[in-house]
Amino acid sequence: MSLSVPAAADPFADKPSVLEVEGLVKHFPITQGIVFQRKVGAVKAVDGVSFNLREGETLGIVGESGCGKSTLAKLLMRLEEPDAGTVKFRGEDFLSVKGDELRRLRRKIQIIFQDPYTSLNPRMSVGDIIAEPFKLHPEEKPKQGIRNRVKELLDLVGLNPEHINRYPHQFSGGQRQRIGIARGLALNPDVIICDEPVSALDVSVQAQVMNLLDDLQKEFGLSYIFIAHDLSVVRHISDRVGVMYLGKLAELGTQEEIYTGPSHPYTQALLSAVPLPDPTLRGAREQIVLQGDPPNPANPPSGCRFRTRCWKATEICATQEPELISRGQITQLSACHHAQQNEKIIPAHS
Amino acid sequence: MTQSQTPAGFTPGTRPGEVPLLEVKDLQVEFRTKAGVAKAINGLNFSLHAGETLAILGESGSGKSVTAQTIMGILDMPPGKIAGGEIRYRGEDLLSMDEESRRKLRGVKIAMIFQDALSSLNPVLPVGWQIAEMFRVHRGLKRKEAKVKAVEMMQRVGIPGAEERAGDFPHQFSGGMRQRIMIAMAIALDPDVLIADEPTTALDVTVQAQVMRLLKDLQTEFNMGLILITHDLGVVADVADKIAVMYSGRVMEAADVYEIYGRPGHPYTQGLLNSIPRIDDEGGRLRAISGLPPSLTDMPPGCPFNPRCEFATDRCRTERPELRPVAEGHLSACHYAEDVYAGTATRTRRPSPTGAGMIDVSEEAPQ
Amino acid sequence: MSEIHRPEARVEPIDSTIEPAGEPAKNKKVEEASLLADAWRSLRRNPWFIISAVLLVLFLSMAIFPQLFTNNDPRECLLGRSRQSPSAEHWFGTDVQGCDYYSRVIYGARNSIAVGFIVAIGTFIIAVLLGLVAGYFGSWVDAVISRFTDMVFAVPYILGALVFLNVLESRGVREVAFVLIIFMWPTMTRLMRGSVISVVNSEFVLAARALGAGPITIMRRHILPNSLGPVIGYATVFTGIIIGAEATLTFLGVGLQLPAISWGLQLSDAQPFLQTVPHLLLFPVIFVGLTVFAFMTMGDAIRDALDPKSKK
Repeated sequence: MSLSVPAAADPFADKPSVLEVEGLVKHFPITQGIVFQRKVGAVKAVDGVSFNLREGETLGIVGESGCGKSTLAKLLMRLEEPDAGTVKFRGEDFLSVKGDELRRLRRKIQIIFQDPYTSLNPRMSVGDIIAEPFKLHPEEKPKQGIRNRVKELLDLVGLNPEHINRYPHQFSGGQRQRIGIARGLALNPDVIICDEPVSALDVSVQAQVMNLLDDLQKEFGLSYIFIAHDLSVVRHISDRVGVMYLGKLAELGTQEEIYTGPSHPYTQALLSAVPLPDPTLRGAREQIVLQGDPPNPANPPSGCRFRTRCWKATEICATQEPELISRGQITQLSACHHAQQNEKIIPAHS
Repeated sequence: MTQSQTPAGFTPGTRPGEVPLLEVKDLQVEFRTKAGVAKAINGLNFSLHAGETLAILGESGSGKSVTAQTIMGILDMPPGKIAGGEIRYRGEDLLSMDEESRRKLRGVKIAMIFQDALSSLNPVLPVGWQIAEMFRVHRGLKRKEAKVKAVEMMQRVGIPGAEERAGDFPHQFSGGMRQRIMIAMAIALDPDVLIADEPTTALDVTVQAQVMRLLKDLQTEFNMGLILITHDLGVVADVADKIAVMYSGRVMEAADVYEIYGRPGHPYTQGLLNSIPRIDDEGGRLRAISGLPPSLTDMPPGCPFNPRCEFATDRCRTERPELRPVAEGHLSACHYAEDVYAGTATRTRRPSPTGAGMIDVSEEAPQ
Repeated sequence: MSEIHRPEARVEPIDSTIEPAGEPAKNKKVEEASLLADAWRSLRRNPWFIISAVLLVLFLSMAIFPQLFTNNDPRECLLGRSRQSPSAEHWFGTDVQGCDYYSRVIYGARNSIAVGFIVAIGTFIIAVLLGLVAGYFGSWVDAVISRFTDMVFAVPYILGALVFLNVLESRGVREVAFVLIIFMWPTMTRLMRGSVISVVNSEFVLAARALGAGPITIMRRHILPNSLGPVIGYATVFTGIIIGAEATLTFLGVGLQLPAISWGLQLSDAQPFLQTVPHLLLFPVIFVGLTVFAFMTMGDAIRDALDPKSKK
């Protein structure tokens, strides 16, 4: 198969990087014993992930459960401390800063969580929830007063500012997610990490929240890291996409490259499994059915981690770990020794 | 609220001259909550034949799971209450049947699989034992025979090394494998009707594809009627023969799968299809349906979808639309179904920029 | 299934923003309800709460202002009228010493309820502090606190109290309360720890950490308000348990001592006369029973009202 995907001009090519992630590693020890714990192994949740995020860009991270994408989000927020690697925010090392410096950088990176039912403190009013960032960062106190700013934020995310004194349980899932977004926006961040922000929402509400995220990005020049398991949602919102498998990036490229010419067998299998909302395409697509389940992340296979389920695997895959690099004429980065683009995974939509 | 949503004798998917496997007529289910009576199902009609797949499509609160529980007879009562209607299995009304005869059908002739396989299986018993129990209790097989049958079933649903794994406990299996075990238990006694309530929602996409394929194969093999309850428009398009779209406890539209996706006859269905991001489309802004589903305790007068509908008129706000045919075998509960079906309906409003409300078209400046 | 489990969440969203512009906004008065206000509203509707509240008000006023209930002096005893049956003059009769039994039972409320409150407050403070620290910090801090809690938990309080109180020459409310606190804090501490652990991994705690909130802020603003509910409920039940425990210890002869007046002492004194003058036992038993019942019922009602999950 030849390269038929034209390398589309990258609209963010000349934008500065806001976040540079290099070789991020997080292993969770598996311990036994209660008082005297001894380590018996480690779950390699994130195992050497590198990428950069540019101003105004959305980087989608997709993968199945257990691939480490949620751990990655926590590492980027410093909610977990990584074992190795660096995260630079506009050139500053985010992982080594402490005290006031850390607080200053924290303002610039915010997170939106998956579950709108647990991500808001049920004992606090909506006004207090959105005002909390200002209480923790008094230097960012808005000129117009906290209460007025909170009302502005509510209005911005499409909620009624009059509802400032209500409590989270008085809102529906979609509205709660809007509250979470307002809290994330309060300190005017540069980067927002969205950890499955729409997967708990109903179909019709999901689209509203995605549009809202889109609008806010345009208005404030935000950069998003959008973590999700829904490949359609990620394609829709992302400029670039990284596919994760067992703690590593299998493929990284523009949305166009990944979805119209996936080169890694795992990406191909993943995309081929997504059902299309069109009954006339039934049976028209070839589905790649993967054998077995993902291996235990505490004991991943040698060499390429996907080789145990891969139909292309050869000897080299067992001995040599493939690097995430540009291979041959393939423009995206692919961690496969046998990378080859396949344009027929997703039929072009008429 | 006792009047039927459809004209008598007209139910979606009727095949002339054949008694359907399962027939639901004007079913009404209510829940008593602190906020008042919630009408979870408000006049539901459908029929299901052998070998057929009916998808009940809806968002949370639409009543789709309550439908499944009511048919199975596992609805919590109270707070639930069946306020009217019939559920006929091979012509016999399940709702007027005594509990004993009903129990003989449950799990035997009408089986169900749930979304969460881990909590549906008993964590302290080996899976093989749990499958074998079906044969012992309902078929009176001896321990050994039942065990052999259980292993057979596990092989049939594609569990590798079934013989060795029959002694394992549910938590020792992956999510996909657990769902397969649930399926094995559900089809063990060769049921006529299988109800699958969000069977793949908790699974990863690659596993989801495998499980759906398995379900489809088993359906063909055993000639079962399959009721697939889901919110996933992609899964439905792949496997369903006919679809009932539910909203606020009512069927908004019911038709053949090609009709629903090709020419939706209800603004809600249309809105749903437009609002989902598609993997084969990088698309720009999504055309979201604005607003939220109404509260079941406080339904708007007229059409339940009218506050979110782009075509709503005063008639929609006062008069409740009946489910009626717009084309051969295609039912829609919309006053303007014909126009929507033909694509000529007049837009009266559009969603506000934040997606939280509607703006009247007449209030906009002309472009 | 999820739609069954969260009927309320789905059924009650308040959506004035989604009301179409064409329609006039509904003038539905939406109460700006905090969870506390919610709890209060559900309490007011709970008949058990009303019953226990009335009883508690009665017993508390007995403890604080016994003069309101009787004009007799409980310490005015005339041996000449020993062991009289209830009469118009002496409602509950008289005891062995010839004291007016009604006034003694009324005055007995103070010591019993005082022990109950002191112990409940003491254990509450210990439980909240230890439970919060153990649950929030986890790892070895939790391991040390939990093992220590388990060790104390393993000693039956009656055994501990018997050993300790036997050594003390004079035992008043303070001593009895102190010993009860020492042996009875573990249950509540375990409850608090569990309650904290169920909150500590919530996403709203993560969200606060992501905003740069420190441990103290997080514990105060996010964890405490969300984990206190069951502990407050239990502390109320616990007050009732303690009143029973005080009576038990006093009855066993290691609790309060004469000339103090308490229900436990009355029970202890009445025991030899069970067959001849049963009312001496009956009246304090009724009072102890009703007080314990009132606290326990109140505790259950409070716990249910404060638990958002228990709402149906």
